[in-house]
Amino acid sequence: MSKRSSYIYWTGFCVIVALLIVEPFVLPEFWRRFVTEILIWGLLAMSSDILIGYTGMVSFGHSAFFGLGMYGAAAALLSVAPPNLWLAILYGLIGAAAVALFVAYFSTRLRDIYFAITTLIFSQIFYVIIFTWTEVTGGENGLTFSRPALAIPGLFSLPFTTSTLHWFVLAVVTASYLILRRITQSPFGMVLQSIRENEARTRAIGYAVERYKIVAVMLSGLFAGLAGVLYAIQNRFAAPDFVYFLVSGEAVIFNVMGGIGTLVGPIVGAAFYLLLREGFSRFFTEFYLIPVGIIFIAMIIFMPQGLLGFMRRWLNQ
Amino acid sequence: MEPISAILHALPWDQILIQTLNGIVTGMILALVASGLTLIFGIMDVVNFAHGELFMLGAYIGVVVMATSGSFWLALVLSTLVVAIIGAALQITTLRPLLGRDPLTTILATFGISLVLQNYALWQFGPVARKIQEPITGRFSLFYLEYPWYRIVIAVLSGAIIGGFWLFLKYGTYGIWIRATTQDRVMAQAMGIPVPWVHTAVFAIGAGMAAASGVLFGPLVGVNHAMGIDWVLRAFIVVVVGGMGNLGGSIAASIFISLLEAYASIWVDPAQAVIVSFVVLILTLLFRPTGLFVPTPK
Amino acid sequence: MTGADASSTLVEVEDIHTYYGKSHVLHGVSLWVGRGEVVGLLGRNGVGKSTTLKTIMGLVRPSQGRVRFEGGPITGIPAHRLARIGIAYVPEDRRIFRLLTVMENLRTGLDRRGVSEARKHELTDKVFAYFPVLAERRGQPGGTLSGGEQQMLAIARAMMLEPKIILLDEPTEGLMPRMVSQIRDIIEVLHREGVAILLVEQNVPLTLQASQRIYIMEKGSVRHHCAASELRVDDTVIHQYLGV
Repeated sequence: MSKRSSYIYWTGFCVIVALLIVEPFVLPEFWRRFVTEILIWGLLAMSSDILIGYTGMVSFGHSAFFGLGMYGAAAALLSVAPPNLWLAILYGLIGAAAVALFVAYFSTRLRDIYFAITTLIFSQIFYVIIFTWTEVTGGENGLTFSRPALAIPGLFSLPFTTSTLHWFVLAVVTASYLILRRITQSPFGMVLQSIRENEARTRAIGYAVERYKIVAVMLSGLFAGLAGVLYAIQNRFAAPDFVYFLVSGEAVIFNVMGGIGTLVGPIVGAAFYLLLREGFSRFFTEFYLIPVGIIFIAMIIFMPQGLLGFMRRWLNQ
Repeated sequence: MEPISAILHALPWDQILIQTLNGIVTGMILALVASGLTLIFGIMDVVNFAHGELFMLGAYIGVVVMATSGSFWLALVLSTLVVAIIGAALQITTLRPLLGRDPLTTILATFGISLVLQNYALWQFGPVARKIQEPITGRFSLFYLEYPWYRIVIAVLSGAIIGGFWLFLKYGTYGIWIRATTQDRVMAQAMGIPVPWVHTAVFAIGAGMAAASGVLFGPLVGVNHAMGIDWVLRAFIVVVVGGMGNLGGSIAASIFISLLEAYASIWVDPAQAVIVSFVVLILTLLFRPTGLFVPTPK
Repeated sequence: MTGADASSTLVEVEDIHTYYGKSHVLHGVSLWVGRGEVVGLLGRNGVGKSTTLKTIMGLVRPSQGRVRFEGGPITGIPAHRLARIGIAYVPEDRRIFRLLTVMENLRTGLDRRGVSEARKHELTDKVFAYFPVLAERRGQPGGTLSGGEQQMLAIARAMMLEPKIILLDEPTEGLMPRMVSQIRDIIEVLHREGVAILLVEQNVPLTLQASQRIYIMEKGSVRHHCAASELRVDDTVIHQYLGV
């Protein structure tokens, strides 16, 4: 990036983060939680973008990563007393990593559509297991637990309020964004994009494509799992609905609406989708997906670069 | 000898017999659904996520027609026609503009369509399941068990529809157009075959087949907005296991998987029996990715 | 050589530019083919001869320029409509439908509106008379035919469209000498019947023999244009452009 656009970018970044820090003081309770949710889903969408946008591997498996992050956190919060925040994060990430390893193995042996369908099936496998293994996972009803405090054992312990939780989530998501951004702009990230452009050529040049794909899947899975942990902490429950492939579908929708391969785009896409959902729910109650779905399809046809791409072109004029 | 005869005695033969029949019946319906899916994929490289919803829509239209006319057979025919037309309309409006773009976009577009259709059905018909009366009641005796006639009818009809379609492909006037377009889209165009319309027609036929399956299957379970999802997942598994674009393979795979699931449900919860299909898929992808029933891996 | 005379021009290509992605393949190609004429298009590999044919056939869209058929514009009209109004295409490497039988391959061209059953029989009888081998193998899948037989089938299939012009792309490539002369014969037969042919070939002697006019292309545009008779006498130009 040129010096000037880099300056603009970082200014914009700081402005937005500042706004997000201040927002709990300004917005009513409902909207505060809403913004926090946008951030969490945004994190999920970003993790999905690593695979779809940067490596070119369409995955419908993110609900498995997200769900297992969620249930992992639940496991930590239910089995250890007092509920420990860091343990929850740890368990959640381990759960997500386990699934990611499984998926990563297949990612190297399948391409395109086969991979997409397989990840879809995986989500469903986990859904069925979680749904039917009632003794462990609570089955259909899921698990409820209490929110852990922001604590460093021995030093201090602060129970979360809506605002402090929001800042915590903001910190985690912002850190994740910066980390992912650093990764995608590194030589590693360049190789991923090269794989997306032309896998055969990348392999011919000499890169061990398989290894890069595995790392991409692991990365994607970990951050998606992290999103799941955050969600569990915020809402204090874990339910099989979140392992259903629909969640993966929504992640993909965020990506497409926002603009794939941009990292920021998916967050914008998540915000856009959630706002649409909120708006349409007022008129259509639970059938908001009908107009939102139609908008989604229209965007695929007419705005394939997503909102970000559209704005970019509009600004360049 | 002792252990073998012990095992043979322990096996629940009557259940195995029933599940064999169930497996074949479900397999034939799955074959009908999967045929449409594999046809659409084979000819235009479109992974039709909305296929399960076309199945569901077919079942609902069947409910409506039966409620007004009382005739199951009329419901079957009308539903097939109406959904075929809806399918054609969907293809023209949402899939044609995406021709030539990244195949990812068609998966997403059909996914979007499936969301819209599902919620539309939920909106119009509500969450309570509807029932379709089976046209032929009564059971027949199989050894010392009783099995419903209607299920046999389903299997036979599904087979007839698939068979009829296969004959059309082989000998019908437009069958050649479809086969030529599947093999070489560009040369088919150069020979004057209106390829865009062939694509629309094939999508419509696939949709119609899904709808027919929905109506046929309706009396066995309740008709509700979410019924399509399980079917589309299984149909995808079948298409992969049977070999993408391979009609005969899809049919064999459908029956194979349905039989396995049916047998599994003797010992496990039916909701969990579906894991069997998943396992078959994974094994196929690992060891014979071009399809279990494809004669020679290409 | 004078330019195209409107009334007898069948196909006219005017200043077309075509891209494959970012690659600028045709840099302003212009040529024309008159009714019933056999016109040869020569040039080294990769100069854009096949792309020119594909552009005429509507399989590739030019970014600039016009294509006309019988005086009317056809740029951008999809290939399946052009096949119906009288333009047939026989591609490099034949591309017959391998899983369809010989007869079914022919039927892809025969099954059109406005063709009576009687006429269909006439056409198939005619083509089987020219290519007895195809008659023998009518029930066999196209993929089981030899290279030469597939080429016959590709041309026969195009003839089923009753075209006014056939775009022939390297019909003798990879064929034995016996088959090559069969191809030359069929070109002559078509010419006698009044079918125009735009012939892309690497086989220079055959092209000079069969054609009335010759275009020579290099690096995406036409560099030379003259009567075939001139080149039969003095072929220095050919050596210059083709290095043969």
